[in-house]
Formats: sequence, C-alpha cells, structure tokens
Amino acid sequence: MTTEKTFDINVHHVTRVEGHGNIVVNVKNGKLEKCELAIVEAPRFFEAFLRGRSWKEAALITSRICGICSPGHQLTSLKATEDAMGIKVSEQTLLLRKLMVAGSFLQSHVLHVYFLVSPDLVGQPSVIPLASSMPDVVKRALKLKKLSNDICDVVGGRAVHPITMIPGGFTKIPAADDLKKLRDRIVEAIPDIIATVELVAALAGKLPNFTRETEYISLGGGNGEFPLYDGQICSSDAGLTPDKNYRKMTNERVVRHSSSKHTAVNRSSYMVGALARCNNNAGKFNATGKKAAAALGYTAPCFNPYFNNVCQVIECGQIVEDALGWIDKLLATGLKEEPVSVKPRAGTGVGCTEVPRGILYHEYTYDDNGMVVDANCIIPTGQNLANIDEDMKKLVPEMIDAGKSKDDITFALEMLVRAYDPCISCSVHLLDVQFVE
Amino acid sequence: MKPKVAFFDFTSCEGCQLQQLNCEDELLGILAAVEVVNFREATSVRRDDYDIAFIEGSISTPSCVERIRKIRENAKVLVTLGACASTGGLNMLKNFQPLDKVRTYVYGDKAGYFDTLPVRPVDQVVKVDYKVHGCPMDKQDYLETVKALLSGREPRQVKYPVCVECKMKENACRYDYGETCLGPVTRAGCGARCPSNNYICFGCRGLVDSPKTDAANDVLKERGLSAQDVLKKYRLFYGYSEVAE
Repeated sequence: MTTEKTFDINVHHVTRVEGHGNIVVNVKNGKLEKCELAIVEAPRFFEAFLRGRSWKEAALITSRICGICSPGHQLTSLKATEDAMGIKVSEQTLLLRKLMVAGSFLQSHVLHVYFLVSPDLVGQPSVIPLASSMPDVVKRALKLKKLSNDICDVVGGRAVHPITMIPGGFTKIPAADDLKKLRDRIVEAIPDIIATVELVAALAGKLPNFTRETEYISLGGGNGEFPLYDGQICSSDAGLTPDKNYRKMTNERVVRHSSSKHTAVNRSSYMVGALARCNNNAGKFNATGKKAAAALGYTAPCFNPYFNNVCQVIECGQIVEDALGWIDKLLATGLKEEPVSVKPRAGTGVGCTEVPRGILYHEYTYDDNGMVVDANCIIPTGQNLANIDEDMKKLVPEMIDAGKSKDDITFALEMLVRAYDPCISCSVHLLDVQFVE
Repeated sequence: MKPKVAFFDFTSCEGCQLQQLNCEDELLGILAAVEVVNFREATSVRRDDYDIAFIEGSISTPSCVERIRKIRENAKVLVTLGACASTGGLNMLKNFQPLDKVRTYVYGDKAGYFDTLPVRPVDQVVKVDYKVHGCPMDKQDYLETVKALLSGREPRQVKYPVCVECKMKENACRYDYGETCLGPVTRAGCGARCPSNNYICFGCRGLVDSPKTDAANDVLKERGLSAQDVLKKYRLFYGYSEVAE
C-alpha cells in the first residue's frame, strides 16, 4: 500500500532520451491533479531560418534538426523538394534511398533498445556497467550499430548528416564491391538480430502490463512492402489518405507546457512509431519480421505503448531481410553513375516518410529561383507528445489504485517516456502559423 | 584515479553525442579509461564532480547561459564538441532575422511562451579550453582530442584549409564543376570528406586561422565570381564570424 496520498513527481531532464523533457505529476488526496511531459528544449526555429535559402540547401539544413534522424530528415526534405519541382528519381536512386532508410532504422533501434531501454530492464542506470557484466551483449550491440552506420557511410558518405543525397539523386554512387561487402556483413549479422530478439523476448515480461487504445498513424498502402519510404498516410481509425492531406492528419497546436507543438486527429491524441507501423502493417511482415513478432509475443493490434520497443526489434528483423533484397536488386541491375540536372522552379511540395520514431512530414514552397518561401516540418515526437500525456493520465490513477509507491510510479513514467523513444531536439522547431509581415 | 568526465548538451541536434557513440571500435576502451559522472542522454547517473566537461550545442536561452556558467565553475577542462558549440553552427542563421519575427513565424501569437536569445557559441559566454570542429564533429578529430587529454598532451590542431586535404586526395576541384566551394578558407581536419563525395565544402569547421583571403579571392575572380557570391553560403556555418566582423 502506498503511504502517501498527496505527492508531486518532478523528473527534471529525463535521462536516456534525446533532448530535454521534464515529467510533472501532482497528486492530491489520492487524486491526480496534473500530469504532463513538459518539453523544455530550447526552441530551434528551423522553419524560420529556412526561408530565403536555396532548394539545394533545404535537405542540408533540415538534416541538422536532428543528428540521429538526419538521414530521414534529408530523405523527407528531398521528397518535398522533388514534389514541388516535379523531379522524378530513378529506380537506382529509390533503392539506394531505401538502403539508407534501412541503415538509419537499424542504427536508431539498436541504440535505443540496447543503450537506452535495456538498462531499465536489468536495473542499471546506463549501459556502461553492462560493458563489464554482460560484455557479449554490449559487443553485439556495438557490432550491429557499426554495421548500420557503415551502410549509411557507404550509401550516404556519412551516417550523421549524410553528404551524397541531393534532389534528383546522388552525388556519388557506391561501388558494387562495397555493396557486396555490406551484403556479406548483413548476412553475418542475422544471428545477432536473432540473439537480439531472444534477449528482448526474455526481458519483455518486465514491461509494464498497461494498455490504452488510441489512434495509430503511419505510412500504409503501397506495393506490399513494409512501407517506410513510400505509401499513403494510414490511420487505424480512418484508413488511407494521400500525403497532401497531412495537415488534416496532424492539426498542430501550441500548448503552454511544451516548446514542441501537440497534434490530434480523430481522438484527443494519436501514436506514431514502431508500434503504430506494426499495428497498421503487420500483414506486410516478411519471413524474418513474422518470426521476430512470434518470438516476441506481438500480435496486431497491440494497445500497450511499452510494446513500442518490442516492435522496434521486430522492425530490425524486417529491415535486415528487406535490405538484402534491395542490395541484390542493385547488384543485379549493375550500379551506374547518373548525372543529376535540375532546373529549379516555383511550386509547393510535400514529402512524407517513416523515420525511426514515426511518420515525418516536410512541406516547402519555392519561388521561381528555387528559394524557400515557406516551410513546415511535422516531427514524430511532436505528434506523440499528446499521446504520452494521455497515457500518463490513465497510468498514474491505475497505479495509485493498485497501491504503488511514488518511486514505482516515477519509474513507470520514465520508462513510458523512453518507450516512445522521444527525440526532443527534433520535435522543437515547429510552425503551422502563417507569417504576418 | 580515472579522470571524471561529463557530457552536456545545449541547443543542437545531438548529432555530436551520437558521433561519440559511433566510435564503436574505441568506445569500450574510452569507457575503461574514464569515469562518466554525467551524460543525460546515456545514463541516469548525475554528479557535478567532473574534471573534463564536453559541451555540445550553442547558447540560445537565458537558462542555457546560467547552466554553462555553472558547468564552467565545476570543470577543470572544458571542451566544445562540434560546430554549434565551437562556432555557433547553423543555429546562427536565426540571428540574421529579427528575433520577434522568427518567434511569431514558428509559434504565432503564443510566441511569448518560450524564451530565446540571439545564438552564441560557447566561448562567447565562458572560457573554452579546446574545440573539436565540424558538423557533425569528425570522429578522428574527437578521438585525437580525447587521447591527448587523457595522456596529458596538447591535442593536434590543423592549421591549413580543406583545399590542402582535398588536393592530397587528388579530388577534382568543385570550382571546375561551376560550383562555389568554401574549401579555400575552411579549417581542415575532416579529410575533405564532402568534396571527396563530390559535394562542395560548406564550411562546417569554421574559418581556418589566418585565412588566405587574397588567394581565395583569386580563385573566385578566375571564375568571374566575387566574395558576395559566396557570402550567403558562408552564413550557414560562419554566422558568428560574420557578426563579429
């Protein structure tokens, strides 16, 4: 039984998340009065400083919204610019971009599951003590991380803020030999992925048994492939919508306790990310994805937000198999230099892709010289913030009723925030407001 | 006694912290040689008894100013990691638009909710002992600084422009493709990574010490260009030097 009926929880700068957020809870006489994740990251103002910059620089600049999601920001930015200027890309460019998506997802998921989440499940403050107590596990994580970074290095010239991806294609095409070597290393890494599935399956019992059904939004539709780069916007409540309608599928608004805006569509909040993607696209799992899902005890739809981490592991399996397919296609056709020539023109375009933390939208309006007139970026973490608040509002009273202590509640809340893998520096940037001169 | 180290992030994309974690082959060796007492992104341990503080990000709010001053008081050695902390980085673009307009554009009539200041690199607020440059910082450059600090010697600092490294790699000059490249005046140390990937240098490592602007102007003149043609490009990462001049 909890001894306290009145208490406050203030977790200042939640650790093991990307960016700065505080958990604030006030309970008075056993009743929850206030419960929120306050976003205290310094505002970034990316949309404001994109204005007046060239179409060639948009991806380079938006990449700097977030280091860990930089390949995803670049790809989404490129799609928006290409949409605005009517630029079509080749099959080779498409496959190389998907490979970049694979590398960046694997990188992000491995980092999150091994470095940020697993310490909670084994009762450690960080991954550092695990380096001596579970050296094989840490070495496996580093090996997988290095492989995923090397995928991005080979394709993009660099894993953090890649260099080679430009509107219309690539400045440099990877050598076939380098892709073959990557292929061999991915095949070698499959046992490591299986070991990751087993590790998380063994620890999944420690995830809190908490459920709250919400609206799940991700990419959907497409050609039967698990959609990460192409497709339409898919809502578990409302079905498919073209990406042009993204504003209706987000409805950004400014709230007092967060320098990142909140969003909502058909309910008071919705969720994006690995759980949303798996819930909406479980029918498109490949053999490895299916095996991982079965081993981890995941069936769609799942309403436990803590299972977002489980879904990240499923996606690691899914991505590795898909990446092998994309490399095989590239090698079978033969890699060739494809000079890119773009004539900038005025227009508005929307780009939409999945990044590790969920669906990401960029929209730009360009003038005749290809200079940015207007910019809007809607970030996954921003879309999840309202949903995190709603989860906390259900979780805290449930735990109070079950007689849990303040420490238990605090721990469960920190784990909840981490489960969403929030990327706060990403989410703080914003806009949706017309500029008034 | 192992040196106690701490990592702090300010206004940034946290990509430089990620670059540290991306040193997969060296990470366990580094962790064995130091004691990490504060690293919010990676651990729940938080202590203020550190010897070396690594700082990522620029200073852009009143609370950033307060926080960096405290860190300076606690740290024996303070090292900035990457462009945002070392030169202000891309965040500086904000300073070229009136602050109230920037805030209104992004937050509308709710602009007053969130404090913001003109962006500054860390050394404009507190003393910085060493800088690791780049956006993101280069892994080799970072490892060199860490190794030097742990063995009690001065980190090796490169004093020539990117053009030197680019020539050594035998890359074709980006100017010969009709592009404008900042290699002639940008601090090297990245191995000319962007030109080697057929992309221009956009100056993420900041101005080289005593840049040879005459020679850079000659390069521009030969192509019928003037300093004005590249100035806007400089602004991406040289914002603070531009304001200072």
